[in-house]
This record gives sequence, structure tokens and C-alpha cells, in this order.
Amino acid sequence: MNTKFSPGQVVRVRPDAHDGHHRTPWFIKGKMGRIHSVAGEFFNPESRAYGGDGLPKQPLYAVEFEQRDVWATEYRGPDSDTLVVDIYEHWLVKAN
Amino acid sequence: MSEDHGHDHAEIGPEDEHPGLQWDVSLSERAKRSLAMHELLIEKGVVTNEEVETASNNLRRRTPADGAKVVAKAWVDPEFKQRLLDDARAAVYELGYSLAHDAELSVVENTEDVHHVVVCTLCSCYPSSLLGPPPDWYKSFAYRQRTVIEPRSVMREFGLELSQDIQVRVVDSSADQRYLVLPERPAGTDGLTEEQLADLVTRDSMIGVTNPLSPEGAPIS
Repeated sequence: MNTKFSPGQVVRVRPDAHDGHHRTPWFIKGKMGRIHSVAGEFFNPESRAYGGDGLPKQPLYAVEFEQRDVWATEYRGPDSDTLVVDIYEHWLVKAN
Repeated sequence: MSEDHGHDHAEIGPEDEHPGLQWDVSLSERAKRSLAMHELLIEKGVVTNEEVETASNNLRRRTPADGAKVVAKAWVDPEFKQRLLDDARAAVYELGYSLAHDAELSVVENTEDVHHVVVCTLCSCYPSSLLGPPPDWYKSFAYRQRTVIEPRSVMREFGLELSQDIQVRVVDSSADQRYLVLPERPAGTDGLTEEQLADLVTRDSMIGVTNPLSPEGAPIS
């Protein structure tokens, strides 16, 4: 499996709007996080949802975000709290 | 339309005189929609009734007692625990559990420093291969919306008050990976057998909204 990112790397989630089925939650679009692990590669749900073949397969990453970065002052817990979201590679870009 | 589904639904209704043909359940709008889609998919030949039955039976084949066995094994066998954290699919296979092909499983470990809680914000992704069908609250909009932004309040409502020193890691499993929480082994359980330990592992503790039970059977907060 060829992956563009590796654990520890800082990435940003593409801020793009998307009209169709996609599995990138709105609240982490545009946010910066760190690759925690690689889950494997899977058929692309954006194509499969409409009867497509889902190819090419997309690597899926567990990306860890600081809650403070995601929700700013809306988050009431301590700074150490985090949120891990599984995101497909084509939704990630390299940060810094 | 298949031959065995050639009847006219209007023939069977409340106005029918024959008591055996009268509706004895009333369906919610959601249930009606689900039934209509089920019938349509079969009529259009997208799936067969047998496939739907098999999928439904597979989903109900497992219960939280299966997940509890995996957790108890990890508590008593450190090498198994390591394999479970490294490659959950292979580790649970050792115990006789075969996971669905289309989703990976990741086991996340709660320690005295880190507490995990699992949610699927986009739908209701859940490790059904080990726990069976998810509870209704897991699928509710309230749980899905609130757990990512106020996990500590949500857990408090389940009776779990976590110290600010413990890091809360919310895991949103909205894609192709399912998550099972490996709770921390309760104190005072050194003398218990693997089977007795499994009795302390609740479904909710494997989702992470609670801790497992104490040896006395009380929730640990």
C-alpha cells in the first residue's frame, strides 16, 4: 500500500464543500491534525454510494486533533483532550 | 417483480372480514419506509430475501458477551493484549471471531491516563462483529452530535465523572474502521477467573461511556 502520509505527520483536512455522499465530517474540515495511524485502504465511498466501483482505493488514516483546535472556546474540557477521526487520503493535504 | 410477490397489498387491510388477515401491528413512518425499501430492492433484484436474512442474522449473532470475552482474555493474558492492540482482526480470530470483510477493527486501550469513548457522527458505525447491534441511544442525533464536542458531559450522564487529569480521546468511526474500547481492569479483581472478569465488562464500557463494573457489581465512576 502506497501512502502519502505517515504517523506523526501534521496534516490539514481539505476545507472543500461537497454536494454528494462523503465521510468527512464538517467540523474537522480545514482543521489541522496529526496522523495517528494508517487503517488500511478501502473503496472510495464517494463513488460506491452511487453504484461506482470505488476505485482507486483510498488509504484511510486515524487523524488526531486537539479539541481546542476543533471547537476553540466552545470546548469546555482540558487542553489535553483530543478527537480522533478516520479520514481518507484524498481529503488530506500536507501542513507546514 | 417476482412471481411470489404478485399479490395486491390492498386486498389485505383492516376492512377485511377475515380476522387472520387483519393488521395486528401498527408501523411507524420509519418502519414503513424501511419495509418499502426492502420490498423494492428485492423486486428490482438488487438483493435477495435470503441475503437480507443472512445479513440480519449475522448482525444478531453476536452480543456484548462476546466482546466481554475478548476484553477479559486481554486482562489476563498480556501477550494476547498486545496482539489485540497491534492487529485486532487476527487476535479476535484466535478466539473464534471472524470479522466482516469490509471493515477493520481497532482496539483502543483505556489506562489511568487516557479514556476513550467511541461515536459515529455520520451514522451508526459500531463493532457489530463483536457486540451485536448498537443500542438505540448510540444511533440518536443527541449522542452523535454531543459526544464530539462535550464528551465529558455525555459520560457524566452515564454516571462517569472523569478527572481533568485524564485525557479524553473521542474516537469518531465514521469510515471503514470500527473501534472497541479495552477498558481498564478494575482494582480488586486479582483473584477472579477470566469468566468472572468477563461478567464485569459491560457493553457501555466497551463503547467507553462508562467504566466496567467493580467486583461487587457496581459501576466504577
